[in-house]
Amino acid sequence: MSIDIGTPSLRSGTELVPTFDGPQTGKEYTSDQEVRWCPGCGDYAVLKAVQSFLPDLGLRRENIVFVSGIGCSSRFPYYLDTYGMHSIHGRAPSIATGIATAREDLNVWVVTGDGDALSIGGNHLIHALRRNVNMTILLFNNRIYGLTKGQYSPTSEVGKVTKTSPLGSLDHPFNPVSLALGAEATFVARTIDSDRKHLTGVLAAAAAHRGTSFVEIYQNCPIFNDGAFDAIKDNETKDHAIIPLVHGEPITFGAKDATTGMGDKALVRTGGGVEVIDTASARVEQILAHDAHDPDPSTAFAISRLTAADYLNRSPIGIFRQVERPTYDDLARAQVNDAKASVDGTDTDRLTKLLNAGDTWNIG
Amino acid sequence: MSQTKQVKQLDRVIIRFAGDSGDGMQLTGDRFTQESAVFGNDLVTLPNFPAEIRAPQGTLPGVSSFQVHFADHDILTAGDRPDVLVAMNPAALKANVGDLPKGAAIIVDTHDFTKRNLDKAGYATNPLDFLGDANDPLGEFQVHAVDLTGMTVEAVKEFGLSRKDAARAKNMFALGLLSWMYGRPTEPTTKFLEGKFKKSPDILGANLAAFTAGWNFGETTETFVVRYEIKPAVLPSGTYRNITGNLALSYGLIAAGVRSGLPVFLGSYPITPATDILHELAKHKSFGVTTLQAEDEIAGVGAAIGASFAGSLGVTTTSGPGIALKSEAIGLAVMTELPLLVVDVQRGGPSTGLPTKTEQADLMQAMYGRNGEAPVPIVAPQSPGDCFAAAVEAARIAITYRTPVLLLSDGYLANGSEPWMIPSVDDLPVIEPNFATGPNHVSAKSADGEPDEFWPYLRDPETLARPWAIPGTAGLEHRIGGLEKGEGHGNISYDPANHDLMVRTRQAKINAIAKSLPPLEVDDPSGEAKVLVIGWGSTYGPIGAACRRVRRAGYHVAQTHLRHLNPFPQDLGAILKGYDKVLVPEMNLGQLSKLLRAEYLVDAIGYNHVYGLPLKAAELAEAIGQLVGQAEGIDVDLGEHGLNPPADHEEAPLA
Repeated sequence: MSIDIGTPSLRSGTELVPTFDGPQTGKEYTSDQEVRWCPGCGDYAVLKAVQSFLPDLGLRRENIVFVSGIGCSSRFPYYLDTYGMHSIHGRAPSIATGIATAREDLNVWVVTGDGDALSIGGNHLIHALRRNVNMTILLFNNRIYGLTKGQYSPTSEVGKVTKTSPLGSLDHPFNPVSLALGAEATFVARTIDSDRKHLTGVLAAAAAHRGTSFVEIYQNCPIFNDGAFDAIKDNETKDHAIIPLVHGEPITFGAKDATTGMGDKALVRTGGGVEVIDTASARVEQILAHDAHDPDPSTAFAISRLTAADYLNRSPIGIFRQVERPTYDDLARAQVNDAKASVDGTDTDRLTKLLNAGDTWNIG
Repeated sequence: MSQTKQVKQLDRVIIRFAGDSGDGMQLTGDRFTQESAVFGNDLVTLPNFPAEIRAPQGTLPGVSSFQVHFADHDILTAGDRPDVLVAMNPAALKANVGDLPKGAAIIVDTHDFTKRNLDKAGYATNPLDFLGDANDPLGEFQVHAVDLTGMTVEAVKEFGLSRKDAARAKNMFALGLLSWMYGRPTEPTTKFLEGKFKKSPDILGANLAAFTAGWNFGETTETFVVRYEIKPAVLPSGTYRNITGNLALSYGLIAAGVRSGLPVFLGSYPITPATDILHELAKHKSFGVTTLQAEDEIAGVGAAIGASFAGSLGVTTTSGPGIALKSEAIGLAVMTELPLLVVDVQRGGPSTGLPTKTEQADLMQAMYGRNGEAPVPIVAPQSPGDCFAAAVEAARIAITYRTPVLLLSDGYLANGSEPWMIPSVDDLPVIEPNFATGPNHVSAKSADGEPDEFWPYLRDPETLARPWAIPGTAGLEHRIGGLEKGEGHGNISYDPANHDLMVRTRQAKINAIAKSLPPLEVDDPSGEAKVLVIGWGSTYGPIGAACRRVRRAGYHVAQTHLRHLNPFPQDLGAILKGYDKVLVPEMNLGQLSKLLRAEYLVDAIGYNHVYGLPLKAAELAEAIGQLVGQAEGIDVDLGEHGLNPPADHEEAPLA
């Protein structure tokens, strides 16, 4: 038996959150706690970007909640002057699900890392994505375990030599974007810690999306995995390593043609996948135009497979997918609100009636 | 007709319905219970069923049974040994006949006594072939061998059902027969069937016909010459209903929401025998109850903690294996000092253990099953109906003291039922959440000496509870988490002295709950007892029944029962020291007795059984009797009030 659960009108991710009319600054979002990441850690850049981005949301600060798990990145909530919870390893999506479902007026963020989200917390991550709870998950991917001092993570490349894999890691890594698309996440994006402009643009789109927004942030760990993203950060190589995804635009990268603005490499759809060809050899209509709103995630998935699994010398960056689907929390609240609206009388009277329902008898 | 039947007065009867898992014995027992409840008897039930949904048909492991004890007076247990066994197949007979006292009645459906079914049950020969012979294996009992199935099929043939479907109504035939035999009212069952099979008139017709045919069979056949009458019980005046523990607990959670004004948020993962609570609460969204069926046990408690942080009453329901998985998250709730209800409907362990059977072996897990010094209050209901009040009490502690609370029910309470005097909602305690609304600390920067900042760990001096400031409250933004907190301000602190202080403070907060508890009630009617029997949870019934037996036999014994296992009531130590001997019956290997010994240096003597079934009152009475003998230096013989025949029955309390 299935019941039509209705489809509440889709809204922006922050629509039910009270707004703040006056100006806000990044400073107001900065707590008084000393930031304790290693010098040069990519987390600093993300923190700065988030602190300066949050005022742009124009929300009341007290209605913003950051939840994290365990790991270097999970210290994040302490450094923001919002409500926050630094919880336990891997469980932040479940805690955030409770918060977001209980309260429609909160803007909920999860900060997590590759170990926290993809290893110990893998189950909660995929279930949050399939439920489409209204929250934004920032997954800081440094492809290593930092807090426990340098073990391979679920995104480390095969053969990675670490303290727990002196002969090379045997684990095949997850591609977080492929995983999220496989779980039918409604918003999937990837960005880079060192590209403030791109990062901020993705954060804005993620916050505006109603549903679970999944954002993978490539983040450098200078202590245990320095240089993991050099190919996409180095000015010499990055144009050839980064495949920018912009909705509606043809997907090209590499050396830019001054007149067309297109890169010298282009993506074309081939059978079930996508392939990189020389732009010069392609017909214009053959070049794949990025459609983030495609209800079918297959093409986005095919694009996500272009990410190199070992040394990151090629990777799509941007919003892979952004589609509308009713959120779990909106539907859950609608069921409760509809049920409440369908009854009369005070809770006390109705509880009295409930307790006295069925076969009762009187004595004395 | 009925004039030829004799009517015999009884004060109590124990009936056990037993059959294959698919025979509908739970439903039959439940209907008979409902009829008896409406009739006004006091009653206690004991459902007992296999973990498999459809265990191999006809086998011993596939037997499902439902025992109901009903009486004209206040009773406490489902009874040790049934007076009547209804056995629907050979396996049901074989699995249960050993529990019957001499002289018990057996009503057996002969239809399934085929070679194949006898083999499956492990009978080399058909025991019914020897009825009345010198070597009759059932010679000690009054056996009524009746083709219940055959008569059912005959009675329902006008409905044109398949033979298989027709035979399925045999449980209603049996119910009709027993309802006649004990003069039960039939309207509740008729009404129930009409509701259940509203959409299938043929099935409804067949069930009603089978039910009526069973009744008429009793009335007309010469097999049954005696009808029994058990008068309504004299119970405290009020409105009653029959209720199971899981239903009462569910209603208690709703009541906690109503009385605190907080929305209830249940995060839960299905697990036997706790799932009914999730089923039930999912129906009551109109009370502002949100239920989330989580992806696993950890997510269930995680979502509940999140909801509590956001200002709901977070609840998670599970059984022992689920508590093991939730332990780390419960520790987080201890550290973050958020209200949280953790319901453990205990079952036989360890590991997957006995999913459908009862046990109370999670006390140590509830008490100590977390890393670090992580004290959690523990509340335990003592009877199915009491699950309601226990849930409200657990919520009071959780909300008032900002702490996770473990509510320890068990499989017997969960599925067992009893008449429950329906409380008035207005008489339930009001639970005040007292959300923080403004700054509570004066900083150095404060111009006027008024509080100008919010310290999330600045405590109420009386309860030691910290403020509960929920998101959306301007000016009270703060961060909490699993790392150690600095006293007062709540920032991360690794300072040695602060950690020592915080560990002691969290413990002191839990200890302080004892100040809010009522004095412990001790039942010591003569005031001369030297032996105290103390228990917790669902052993209340068997312990009470055992004490009644001992007193009937003329000896003195005192009884008390703990609702609060952590902290203990303040007067418990003095009470224990007032007796020469302390006996602690438990369905584990001595968990409460260890705690009592550790806390009070008292020689708590264990009485421990882990059958997956409630303790048996007569056996326990003998153990109490022995201890009374030792304590008073006398010879104790409980006679018929112990294990000796004929009165292997639950005693009424002494007037």
